[in-house]
Parts: sequence; structure tokens; C-alpha cells
Amino acid sequence: MSHDAALGVPAHDAATAPGGPTSERPAPRRRRTPAAPYVLLVPAVLALLAGLAYPVGRQIVMSVQKFGLEQQFGQPPELVGFANFARVFTDDALWAVVIRSVVFCLVNAGLTVVIGFAFALLMRAVHSSVRIVLQVSLLLAWAMPMVAGVTVFKWLFDYRTGVVNWLLVKIGFTGMEGYSWLSKPFTFFLVATLVIVWMSVPFVALSIYAGLTAVPDEVLEAARIDGATGTQQLRHILFPMVRPVLSIVLLLQIIWDLRVFAQIRLLQDAGAPVSDTNLLGNFIYELGMSRQDFGGAAAVSIFVLLLTVLLSWPYVRSLMKEDA
Amino acid sequence: MSAVAPTRSAGSSRPATAAGSVRRQHAPGAGRRRTRKVLLGALGVLAALVWAFPVYWMVLSAFTPAAYLRSTTPEFLPLHATAANFRGVLEGGSFTSALKMSLTITLLTVVLVLAFAFLGALAISRWRFRGRTSFVLAVLFIQMLPAEGLFIAQYKMLSSVHLLDSVIGVTVLYTAAVIPFTIWMLRGFVAGVPAELEEAAMVDGLSRTQAFLRITFPLLAPGLVASGVYAFLQAWNEFTVALVALPSQSSQTLPLWLRNFLSASANRGVDWGQVMAASTLIAIPVIVFFLFVQGRMTSGLVSGAVKG
Repeated sequence: MSHDAALGVPAHDAATAPGGPTSERPAPRRRRTPAAPYVLLVPAVLALLAGLAYPVGRQIVMSVQKFGLEQQFGQPPELVGFANFARVFTDDALWAVVIRSVVFCLVNAGLTVVIGFAFALLMRAVHSSVRIVLQVSLLLAWAMPMVAGVTVFKWLFDYRTGVVNWLLVKIGFTGMEGYSWLSKPFTFFLVATLVIVWMSVPFVALSIYAGLTAVPDEVLEAARIDGATGTQQLRHILFPMVRPVLSIVLLLQIIWDLRVFAQIRLLQDAGAPVSDTNLLGNFIYELGMSRQDFGGAAAVSIFVLLLTVLLSWPYVRSLMKEDA
Repeated sequence: MSAVAPTRSAGSSRPATAAGSVRRQHAPGAGRRRTRKVLLGALGVLAALVWAFPVYWMVLSAFTPAAYLRSTTPEFLPLHATAANFRGVLEGGSFTSALKMSLTITLLTVVLVLAFAFLGALAISRWRFRGRTSFVLAVLFIQMLPAEGLFIAQYKMLSSVHLLDSVIGVTVLYTAAVIPFTIWMLRGFVAGVPAELEEAAMVDGLSRTQAFLRITFPLLAPGLVASGVYAFLQAWNEFTVALVALPSQSSQTLPLWLRNFLSASANRGVDWGQVMAASTLIAIPVIVFFLFVQGRMTSGLVSGAVKG
């Protein structure tokens, strides 16, 4: 890189229209692109290449290779084309996991957004002292490290001395004495849903609440004077005004809940039937780490990555608008 | 029913009745509204208690002697507080070695991420260059990629260069995973410092480097702190990548250690007091740091939606 190029003139020198340095197009008179930004990007790009891009490439190669018994003894893997994809995607076990993951994801994302929206409305409706109590409580739940949070829920739902079973017995469900929540798939996913919703609601509630504070009180006051009921205010004023935030958090929640892995893995430690409680991430882990079927695991991983990119598109587009 | 009518016509479609009803119902309506506010306040406090309960229960159990935790009737107040559980956790020395591992990886990640992402943010917010849009697009997509869709390939990569169970291997993966969002976050901070400030300093006789170091850099400090805390939280809490990249017992980070601590304890009837003490020890730095950075993270994630 030549010396003067490293001192390349930043874009804000090119034009002096108001609106900040990044809101302008480069001036037409500068034909040579400065080298400085490229130099500055080198470390970040190298890190991304080493940590993410190379694994993605390797994954694509792995997905068309065969990893059998011979490969565990050091033989180089042989190319098998799309055999891995064909094998994995004609397996009913995968589709059971896919359906389970999608249902789990939609239920969790839906519940999280509904409860988060309710919390946001509540925060707007109550006195500021109650609101602060609510916000502190939400922040505590949000700040909990995931592993610690799941561990606490395992303790809450412990079959012998957990406080949930104690409470249920106390209020009359005597059949719940010693009930083992995590050993049956349905109650296992119930607990998993509770953990995930508990951890995810704070982000959703506080984001939507931030959107709600942008609605001026005068607007609602005017609607009230015009005779609008609470439901009508919610439906015709508050809801349309927070819809952009609402759709973004719902989308993010769907993307995040589709990739749930660690919570399930940690809950499975308590003795759950693994094959009945696996979600997509856990299925990949089983396939790759336990069964050493790296080709199959890579094929499923590529499916997950493509799905994520597809789902992320609207979110990325909304962020790009901000970058203009 | 005019519920389907759009908002703007709600007032004009039935002006007489609306005005009349407001005048008549004003006093009782206000009273009802006050009752409603009290009820909603009670609901809010209840919701706050329910949501904070798991955290309270963790800390309470951490200070409760094992004998009381084994009893069939739980205690909801710290009547017999003891630090014995914490002593039990720290005893074996396995916590300390996991702590050392976690601290090393986390601090390395924070330093690398801050340096690399800061330079990257500088590039995309101060220059318009060919490939900039593609880079920003790539960064935004990369930050959405799930670890669960990559960790098998990352495991194979690390094992082929003999970097499993090493600090370096995990740090490279963490750095790459955290950089995209940090670039995005810092970009906002850098764009917030007007370049004119720097130019004014240069007019006054500073070189570009001096102007940057003395004017822009100090103004970016809050952004760097927020990004550093974000990177810290990501690396400190990470479980999925660590699970495949640090397979052996001797090189565990704290989240992996906590999982094993619980499993090991399960064989002889879980000692929940110690497990909760361990969870508390891991959670405390996170909760403290989190309160610092929280506001910035919410706005960073959804600001596109708010503005667009």
C-alpha cells in the first residue's frame, strides 16, 4: 500500500452538504478509491475468514464426502456427491426433528412476543414506581447467563425437593408429588418453553416498550375524548405504531428459537429420552459428535444455515436501511 | 359496530353520541380509571415478582444450608444464611481452574474484538468505498448465522490443526462470532462523532493522527466500553462452541464446568445448595456488566425497525 493512499481522503472531505459525513455519495471527481478503509478492514476480515468462512467452506466439502469406519482409521474421505443429502433427508428421523423444531420455535416465539407485548403495555399503564420494579425484574432475568438460568429451572422443577412440585401439591394437585418433569417429552418441552420464554421476554418487552413510549400521550388522550375504548386505542393506535418493532422482534425470536440447542442439551442431562427431545441443533450434534457421521451432520447444518439466511433477509434489510 | 372503521373516522362517524357520552360519564369514568390503575399496578408487581423469582431462588438457595434444602417444605426467606455452599464450591480447585480458563479466553476475545471491530467500524463509517455495501451486508448476515449450524465444521477444523482444548482455538472462533455485531454497534458510535471536529483540530495545527487520538478517540470511549462489555458477556456465557472446542475435563470454561459440576453431584443426590452457589458466582459478574450495556444493546438490535 502506497503511503499517500493510506492517508486517503475520507468521504466527508468530498462534499460538505449537511447531514453528517456518511450520508453522502463520494464526489465524482475522486476516481481513485482510497486504500485506507481496506487496510483497516484486514484484521476483521482475517478473523471472519478463519473463524467462520473457512468452516463454512469446509462444511460444504464435508457434506459431499463419506466419513465411515475407514476414515476413523486415517483414510482420506471419498467424494460421494449428494449421497449424504439424499440419505439424511429421506430419513424420517430428520423430518420428525424438523417438525418438532418448527412447532417448538413457533410456540416459543409466539408466546414470547405475546407476553412481551403484554408486559410492555403493562409498563405503560402503571405508575412509574411499579414500572421501575418491573424493569429491574426483567433486567435480572435477561442478565442471567443461559447455563445458570437453565440450572436454576432444573432446581425449581426438581422431582424430589423442587419448589414447583411442592407448590402444586400444596394447592391440591397431590398427584404431582415426586413428578419427574424432565423424563417425559411433553413436560420436558413444557419446562424448556418456560426457560426460553423466561429468558427471552425481557428483550421483547423492553424493545416494544421503547416503541410504545414513542406514541405521544396526546394522541391517546384525543382518542379517549373521541370516545375510543381501551381496546380500540390498543387496536387502532398503539398496535399500528409499534408494528415495525413488533415484526422485527418476532422475526428475531423465530430465528433464535429455531437454533435452540444448549438449553435442550442441558435439560437432557437430567435423564430425558434423547431421541424424543432432540431439536435440529441437538440432532446435528448427535450425528456429528456421537455417531461421527460428519457428512450427514454437515448436510443438515447447511440446511439450517440456508434456512437462517432466508429468514434473516427482512431483518438485514431493515438494518441496511439504517445504514444508508 | 364501528370497530372495523379506521381510526380517523372513529370520531367523525358519530360525533353527537361520543361528545354526549364523554360529558355524562366523566366523573364515574375517572373513578373507574383510578381503580383500574391500582389493579394494573398490583398485576405489575405480581408479574415482577414471578419474573424475578428464579434469580431470587438461586441466590437464596446458595446461602441455605443443605439440610434445609433437602426438607420437603421450602423456606422462602434467608433464615439460616450460611456461606458453607460457597466454600464447598471453591474447595476442589476445579472452579478456580475453570475461572482461569474463562477469564483468559474472555479477556483475549475482548481485546481482539475491540481492536479489530474498531478498525472495521472506522472504515465503514468514515469512508465510502467499492465493496462497502457488500461488506456491511455480509457482516449483518454473518451475525445471524447460528453456532449450531457450524460447530461440527469448526470442530473438524480445530482438530485438524490440533487446536482442540486450546485457548487459541476457542478465542479465534469467539472473535469471529462477536466481531460482526460489534462492528455494527461501533459504527453507530463512530458516525455519531462529527468528522468536522477532527477537521477543526487539524485546522488548528494537529496532524490527522493527533486529531484522531485527542479528539475522536476520547469521544468514542463510551462506545468502546459498551462493545467491550458486549464481547465479554458473549464469551463468558458461551456454551455451544465451547462444548465441541474444549472436549476434555481439564480445559473447561465456567459454563461447561457448571454443567459437569451438576452431573457429578447428581450421582450422590444433587447438592443444590452448592450448585446454586456456583451458578451465583458465575452470574454475578454478568449481571453487573449487563446493567451497564443493556440500553445500548436494545437500541442496537431494533433501531432499524424504530427508524424505518
